[in-house]
Amino acid sequence: MLLAKIKEALSSLYEDIQETQEVPDAAAAAAVEAEVAAEEAAADAETAGADAAPAEDAQAEESEEPKAPPGPKETDYKAKGYHLDVELPPEKIPEAAEILTRENFFIESITGVDWIDEQQLEVVYDFNHFDELCRVVIRSRTDRNNPEIPTISHIYQGANWHERETHDFFGIKFIGHPDLSPLLLPEDADFHPLLKDFKA
Amino acid sequence: MNGLLQQDVNQETFTLNLGPQHPATHGVLRVKLVMDGEYIVEAEPVLGYIHRMHEKMGENRTWVKFLPNCGRMDYLCALSYNHGYVGAVERAAGIEVPERAEYLRVITVELNRISSHLLWFGAFVLDLGGFTPLLYAFDDREFILDLLESVTGSRLTYCYFRFGGVYNDIDDAFIAGTREFIKRQRKRMPMYDALVTKNIILIKRLKEIGHISKDMAKRYGATGPVARGSGINFDVRKTEPYSVYSEFDFDVPVYEEGDSMARYMVRMDEIEQSMRIIEQALDKLPEGEIKPKKAVKLVKPEKGDYYHAVEAARGSFGVRLVSDGTNTAYRLKLRSPTFSNLSLYGEVSRGMLLPDALALMGSLDLVIPEIDR
Amino acid sequence: MPEPFRVILFIIFVMAFAGLNAAYLVWCERKGAAHVQRRIGPKEVGPYGLLQPIADGIKLMTKQLFLPKGADPILFMVAPLMVMVPAIMSFCVIPFSETFVAREINIGLLLIFAFASVNVLGLLLGAWGSANKYAVIAAARTVSQNVAYEIPMLITVITMVMVTNTMNLNEIVRSQAGWFFHWHIFRLDISLLMPVSFLIFFVCSLAETNRAPFDMAEAESELIAGVYTEYPGMGFGVFFMGEYANIVIGAALAVILFLGGWQSPIPFNPAGFLGVFWGLFWFLLKLYTLIFTVIWIRWTYPRTQFYELLNLSWKVLIPISLFNLILTALQIKIFPWL
Repeated sequence: MLLAKIKEALSSLYEDIQETQEVPDAAAAAAVEAEVAAEEAAADAETAGADAAPAEDAQAEESEEPKAPPGPKETDYKAKGYHLDVELPPEKIPEAAEILTRENFFIESITGVDWIDEQQLEVVYDFNHFDELCRVVIRSRTDRNNPEIPTISHIYQGANWHERETHDFFGIKFIGHPDLSPLLLPEDADFHPLLKDFKA
Repeated sequence: MNGLLQQDVNQETFTLNLGPQHPATHGVLRVKLVMDGEYIVEAEPVLGYIHRMHEKMGENRTWVKFLPNCGRMDYLCALSYNHGYVGAVERAAGIEVPERAEYLRVITVELNRISSHLLWFGAFVLDLGGFTPLLYAFDDREFILDLLESVTGSRLTYCYFRFGGVYNDIDDAFIAGTREFIKRQRKRMPMYDALVTKNIILIKRLKEIGHISKDMAKRYGATGPVARGSGINFDVRKTEPYSVYSEFDFDVPVYEEGDSMARYMVRMDEIEQSMRIIEQALDKLPEGEIKPKKAVKLVKPEKGDYYHAVEAARGSFGVRLVSDGTNTAYRLKLRSPTFSNLSLYGEVSRGMLLPDALALMGSLDLVIPEIDR
Repeated sequence: MPEPFRVILFIIFVMAFAGLNAAYLVWCERKGAAHVQRRIGPKEVGPYGLLQPIADGIKLMTKQLFLPKGADPILFMVAPLMVMVPAIMSFCVIPFSETFVAREINIGLLLIFAFASVNVLGLLLGAWGSANKYAVIAAARTVSQNVAYEIPMLITVITMVMVTNTMNLNEIVRSQAGWFFHWHIFRLDISLLMPVSFLIFFVCSLAETNRAPFDMAEAESELIAGVYTEYPGMGFGVFFMGEYANIVIGAALAVILFLGGWQSPIPFNPAGFLGVFWGLFWFLLKLYTLIFTVIWIRWTYPRTQFYELLNLSWKVLIPISLFNLILTALQIKIFPWL
């Protein structure tokens, strides 16, 4: 029930993506352009074809393998431990958080994964629901050399600390976060221990 | 009291460093307080004094070798952490667990939960200035520690669960001892009720202090007794029955008030519910193996990411692991409940008096090594 | 015995009493707490741990008297004495037995309250002098607490003075001679609310001496050690002795005003030298029973919140004690023959 509802709600995020770009993991540099493009596309769907250029750039830079069609994927709960797997471009994360907070999901955690082979950093958001079992995983990839992602700490205040922790460990900058000073690491720490190329 | 919130922050305030060594923080938590007299204008918890980077350790040692680390995060409810970790790896690697082993897990975890709640109870009343309940609670807890020592081999930082089973079977003495303990504890609870719960001083210090709303629990991701004290019926054991919890009949205590008293009552009621689970588990305890016939030697989960959550004594403990198909984790994320529970402290404590803020901190049941990991 | 000699002897007695009393009240407190908490308590040093206070005393005395950075050296050092000395002075007028009193003066009661007020000043100066935020918070609490509780306490004492017509402590005790129902606490015929007066006085003396559940000055789980946070070795030790001496004075006043002082519960008073000890025995018995109650409360109840404490004083105790004062005055006026 809830799963279908949230899946549908989150699918709406993909509508403009499918038109403007095919790869969800746009580089952060292209993010702003893509967002502009997305807004224009929403305003006037017919001009969408003209805005495909930046997305193509991103595709050229980032993705070489063909990907499954984007959209929220239902996963096998028994095997994976979560119900819905949503991969989004970084700039869509706050929108997704808005949708989730409307549906009364609560935030479980935010963390990162360092995909050093692909030169990407993945940010993983875990959401859960108090009333009905429905775990939603939102993930987003960003360029490893310039990891930036918009914050959701204004939507989920609890994300504040999780994002700070992720910044501590991976150096991912959360745009708009009020205070990214080290939370768990020493206050003068300038290293990010969970990066795979970190040497103590 | 809330009128103070609207006061000009620029008036004369002072900063008070509560901790990292302070009797009420139960460990090395530091809270930077901006105070106006005894009123808290702003509270900012400062973490990381006991940060050991368990997550990096997880990436550097094999799945099996990480097992002892689990007991060293939440050292008061170590078995829940064991349970969460082995559960996650078993899910990822598809390891079957014999039923008897799951029963043993439930029995020991629930005993551990009771001991954790008892210790919290004592320490919480100690925060409020009552010394005696602490020692009473330790007295009770000692029984549990003896029981668990007899079966797990350690008293605090347990490492009892193995992938696919448990390390040691229980004997008749353990069963008899556990039943004896439950019988004794049932007699003790009314005494705590009369001595502490019904004490007018305690009630006045907890009622309507530190109100956490449902919405706040959602925004901060508060779980466990903190959420249940805010009227949220959320217990991983019920909503997402892992292990064999679906086979037991137990209630999830929920209190609507959202104040410190509600959180107190939730935990006190949970002790009884845990005892109910243990009793049923002992009654139903199946015969059989406690570990897989063929010992799990090499754990190599398939590529992919997995999530597994359990209900630890302080809330929902989640393990997110990313496997690249080798015998070590590619990424191991440990979602500790008190990290989220504490993150709402700054918002709730604003405008509170110092002693009330400490009562609130106690009611969150903080275990600092678990927050810092 | 010549008067100056007697006074000197008594001062020595009082000082020894204050010191030993503090030391052994700590022992009683620890043993009492242990038994309340199903423990054994001190047992290693001497039989039943009886030498433990001595060992503790030696430890405290040999510790370095460390002056924290930024502290005011004079205030820091003087403050413990300002708690200790008035407490010892107050002992001079307390009748341990009919003749066992250093100075029987007509304003004994007034003198004790005058000295008791210095106590809080000592705590305040000590906290201020040690330049510690926790200590200053604790001192602010202590001062407002003492102000709040001195009022109902003094109103109750005025009630008692109206009843007894004297401020001489020995006279007050003498007026309670005879069977135990002649003790003031049972004299409902003089004042209908006599037990309530006793209760108010007892609660106030708990608050005045900073004992649980009103131990705001120390509040170890909130304010580290409150006023004493920065005090090392004997600085702390002297504070401690002063605190315990104050507890004794509070309890002694309660015994004298309400529980018949050195009067035995039966009208039997041996004459002469034996009589001194007879009175001393009953006085100390009552005194330590009360002190035991204080310890008992300490290990049973959690600490109150500060505003609850002030609410109790201003909204409950002061109105009741005022009402009690008026009622007693009326009773005395209407039935003057009682």
